[in-house]
Amino acid sequence: MSRSTLLAWQVGVAAALLAIWHIGSSVSIFGIYFMPKFFFSTPADVLGRVWKMFATGIVWKHLWITLTETALAFVIGSVTGAGVGFWFARKPKLAAIFDPFLKAANSLPRVVLAPIFMLWFGLGIWSKVALGVTLVFFIVFFNVYQGLRETSPVVLANARMLGMNDRQLMRHVYWPSTLTWVFSSLHASVGFALVGAVVGEYLGAAAGLGYLIHEAEGVFDVTGVFAGMIVLALFVIAIDWAVTSIENRLLVWRPQPHQQS
Amino acid sequence: MPHPPATADPAVSLARVTVAFGAGAARYVAVEAADLSVAPGEFVAIVGPTGCGKSTLLNVVAGLLKPARGRACVQGADVSGVMAPCGYLFQQDALMPWKTARDNVAVALEPKGVARAEAISRAQAWLTKVGLAAFGDRYPHQLSGGQRKRISLAQMLIRDPRILLMDEPFGPLDAQTRALMGDLLLDLWSADRKAVLFVTHDLEEAIALADRVVVMSAGPAARIVAQHTIDLPRPREINEIRLDPKFHTIQRAIWNDLREEVLKTYQAQAGGAA
Repeated sequence: MSRSTLLAWQVGVAAALLAIWHIGSSVSIFGIYFMPKFFFSTPADVLGRVWKMFATGIVWKHLWITLTETALAFVIGSVTGAGVGFWFARKPKLAAIFDPFLKAANSLPRVVLAPIFMLWFGLGIWSKVALGVTLVFFIVFFNVYQGLRETSPVVLANARMLGMNDRQLMRHVYWPSTLTWVFSSLHASVGFALVGAVVGEYLGAAAGLGYLIHEAEGVFDVTGVFAGMIVLALFVIAIDWAVTSIENRLLVWRPQPHQQS
Repeated sequence: MPHPPATADPAVSLARVTVAFGAGAARYVAVEAADLSVAPGEFVAIVGPTGCGKSTLLNVVAGLLKPARGRACVQGADVSGVMAPCGYLFQQDALMPWKTARDNVAVALEPKGVARAEAISRAQAWLTKVGLAAFGDRYPHQLSGGQRKRISLAQMLIRDPRILLMDEPFGPLDAQTRALMGDLLLDLWSADRKAVLFVTHDLEEAIALADRVVVMSAGPAARIVAQHTIDLPRPREINEIRLDPKFHTIQRAIWNDLREEVLKTYQAQAGGAA
């Protein structure tokens, strides 16, 4: 399929979905709206609301808060995850001792931690960051831990034969290898950082996209909920695009940048 | 490059070296009482059936493996840890995939304390020597198997090791590329004679390259069963020397020793499968 045909189909599907939504919510069939406005709003209303959010500028503050939380959760989670993963990969005994605890912590649905974090860190951004960190940490940790243990023994033996000492091995073999695995989990970890932020905001906050959606829901403002969801989706697409371009630049040496996720 | 003063010490010497893995009932003796000596500047090839411990012996010299008994010396000094005078060319890809070809070669000079700018320019010179001057900015995955081997060769040789250890380095390459790599190796080697210990399962390759071919017996507890001096004239060209009548005489003589060991390996494997 050529690029233009593909695009035409994609636009067509979007138009069809919008048309169904529009007809269902604003055209009565035998006196019945099969997608009542109260529950589904209308595409025109929702798009109008999104436009208004950007035009009046109220959305920027919320976007900024969510972005800050996501970025903090991502950075803190990645650094600690990579650090601990690196440490455990080089100290198998330590890893063996902590293995069951890490598995238990990772199997816990993280949402249940949100109320605890609210208590500990308050309603500000840090409770959301904490939730995001618990999600990001494990993704990066497991990636780096597994990845480092699978560092090619031949590459390592070769570096040793070149006469490298521990510091040089760290710089030329272990460290790049660790970074690779952090980057290969980039998409997943940024996504989870965002999930942590939004879910945290949804459960209790005074600002952020999750808060906007929750607030609209609280007053049965379905248009507001849909508008919030669309803004959130646009936000995620923008972040994902940014991550992909960063990844393509950093992993230029890899055969297929999208092989692992 | 300045040569170290000539000494009476052999480049490599193994005395009654035995290598074993595991302990108790699971103890597996890979190599039994191997005696071998490589003179400075001598090219020695080790051939033997699959799994006979050829690579094991090489790893002992490199300091990657400790022998259970016996003594391994490099330039008269006991092997302990990774030996500085040795360069090692692995069978598998051993380049750092996150570095460009040039950086992979240049990084080999870092342990010697060479400044980065100088290392880069010397690496470029070595890329030219192995015929890849224009490929310095490529990453390993963007190079063919033969090109990666050339980069590995440059990475090993830029450190100017006195002893080259090669573990079936051209094994994964196709026949034409192997012959070309062999010629390149002989070319570089004859310019600055280093001692070479070259492991291969390919008898023709061994004869075409080496001054001396060492035959190992079938494992376990493999021994060195025969040594043949290859008195073919140098410089040699792999595809030419193969047609030399003398080459065939030598090949037949060595094959007589080797055949028995290869058959033993097959029978042992067949017995194990039955």
